[in-house]
Amino acid sequence: MAEVVTLNNPSAKAGTVTKLAAGPKGKKPRPMLSPRNIMIYGALIFAAAYYLLPLYVMVVTSLKGMPEVRLGNIFSPPLEITFEPWVKAWSSACTGLNCDGLSRGFWNSVRITIPSTIVSIAIASINGYALANWRFKGADLFFTILIVGAFIPYQVMIYPIVIVLREMGLYGSLTGLIIVHSIFGMPILTLLFRNYFSSLPEELFKAARVDGAGFWTIYFKIMLPMSLPIFVVAMILQITGIWNDFLLGVVFTRPEYYPMTVQLNNIVNSVQGVKEYNVNMAATILTGAVPLIVYFVSGRLFVRGIAAGAVKG
Amino acid sequence: MTINSVSVRDLSLSFGAVTVLETLNLDVKDGEFLVLLGSSGCGKSTLLNCIAGLLDVSEGQIFIKDKNVTWEEPKDRGIGMVFQSYALYPQMTVEGNLSFGLKVAKLPQAEIDKRVARASEILQIQPLLKRKPSELSGGQRQRVAIGRALVRDVDVFLFDEPLSNLDAKLRSELRVEIKRLHQSLKNTMIYVTHDQIEALTLADRIAVMKSGVIQQLADPMTIYNMPENLFVAGFIGSPSMNFFRGEIKDKGGRKVIEINGVDFAMDAYPARGPMEAGRKVVLGVRPEHVKVDEPGEEIHDAIVDIEEPMGADNLLWLKLAGQTISVRIAGARRYAPGRAVKLSFDMSMASVFDAVTENRV
Repeated sequence: MAEVVTLNNPSAKAGTVTKLAAGPKGKKPRPMLSPRNIMIYGALIFAAAYYLLPLYVMVVTSLKGMPEVRLGNIFSPPLEITFEPWVKAWSSACTGLNCDGLSRGFWNSVRITIPSTIVSIAIASINGYALANWRFKGADLFFTILIVGAFIPYQVMIYPIVIVLREMGLYGSLTGLIIVHSIFGMPILTLLFRNYFSSLPEELFKAARVDGAGFWTIYFKIMLPMSLPIFVVAMILQITGIWNDFLLGVVFTRPEYYPMTVQLNNIVNSVQGVKEYNVNMAATILTGAVPLIVYFVSGRLFVRGIAAGAVKG
Repeated sequence: MTINSVSVRDLSLSFGAVTVLETLNLDVKDGEFLVLLGSSGCGKSTLLNCIAGLLDVSEGQIFIKDKNVTWEEPKDRGIGMVFQSYALYPQMTVEGNLSFGLKVAKLPQAEIDKRVARASEILQIQPLLKRKPSELSGGQRQRVAIGRALVRDVDVFLFDEPLSNLDAKLRSELRVEIKRLHQSLKNTMIYVTHDQIEALTLADRIAVMKSGVIQQLADPMTIYNMPENLFVAGFIGSPSMNFFRGEIKDKGGRKVIEINGVDFAMDAYPARGPMEAGRKVVLGVRPEHVKVDEPGEEIHDAIVDIEEPMGADNLLWLKLAGQTISVRIAGARRYAPGRAVKLSFDMSMASVFDAVTENRV
């Protein structure tokens, strides 16, 4: 009986307590500088530095004036911070005959990315839903063809698509490029949506059918509200993919519709005059800003979406 | 003339080369509680999905209320269905779940409110109406799922293993509630389960299925006491029936079954036909139809191997005629392992099956 009291109430008998408390107690101590920690953190810090260094050089250079850039110390911070290169990159850098900077390319890219993303996701999600839940005749064949499409190199398809668009009178227009982006996004997005919808409980779909809901009612009222995470994933994929696209943009549009990436290339690679490294760096960061922001903003949302889906009973 | 609520005629279903159901016939009477019982993969859920219209049949016809619904959509068949995983729409409240089907059917709001109120009153889920399914316990979710079938105001309820996801205590509670629901609504209910206790307690009639074929269709007591074949006999009952392989012999004008040199007199067995001597048979005796240390006509000696006290009952595993046999006795009577006991068999309750055809003799 005495021992029980001691165990439950340590202050009761100081003598016994010291004896009991002598051994290990509580959380096991882990030294900060254990070999394990040094390996893990060392490798992580090295990898992070390796990837961040170019970004650092770009930011630093873009904030310098040309005299300072010519000194050649690419790692040194700017002595005199100037935003001149950023302003020039955005509004007055020259590409060929136009001297209105990247801003035009930016708005072109916005006009390409937003409709392409919306159209491709809308169609692909319906494709995926039909393939996952409405097992129509030939569904497997259709799906296989679509997946094979994902493995055909872009280069093979470019010329035929040029001809098709020319015959449709869409070659060189933004509409044509939006159609091309939507088609190229279809295989991977359909696969994504089909797998997601297949992972939703089949009985929900059956219950909705017993309740009398049809194809569209089930899609809009049952499936869509449960699929926010996968829509975020698809949006990240499409926005970054289409924004970063260069090949399709340069092939299927005329110079006045060039997306930002193509225009960036034209600014950076222009052979006339001095190479303005500070402007080039600023232009590059501006072009990469959109995918970066998308990752930072929706990446978090995306993880939260996945987690929310995982714990739902 | 009894009206058949659900009739299945020569139903076949195959997925590619795999035949799941083969020329199956089934009549469910109006207001009947029919249980489809079988282990997983026997086609019981498939049959239910066919009746619901969620699967297209390969051959045959389905009638509900004497109307051919073989090609009808699920919503037009006059059925309500309850699923194993509850299948509640997670983004809607309980009220939204109950009223979804009615809204799709474009019923007037007053009628929807009336039906939701009635269903939630019957199932006592009024306090939960504004909650999301994720905020409900398993038992509450299944109640809502039943409610969703209830508001449809249909003649036939289909249950697809509705209690399998619940823990033992809730399962027995909800089982009683489903029975009470059936008694008050008097709807036709078709209930799929692999749990023989659910089947025996709920059913008016049980259809025991195996490999897409109904093995026996009868009321629970007939299924339990007079199984039609070896499969049904072994499937129903826990612990399962004791089986002995033996041969029918004629000894002094009495029919006996000889098992490993031990004779079991069969005078009391209600045989269906002649029991010819020399026929190889399987004798089946349920654990509770063996008496231990009680006066009986024919006494066999056995040794207690293992004792399993289960509270109300006490289960003995004994050695008899070179085989292990389980016997159920009252929980108060205790037997230590190794003790010699005297057994007598109640042959009027036994079952004898042909060793080759496995059908009841």
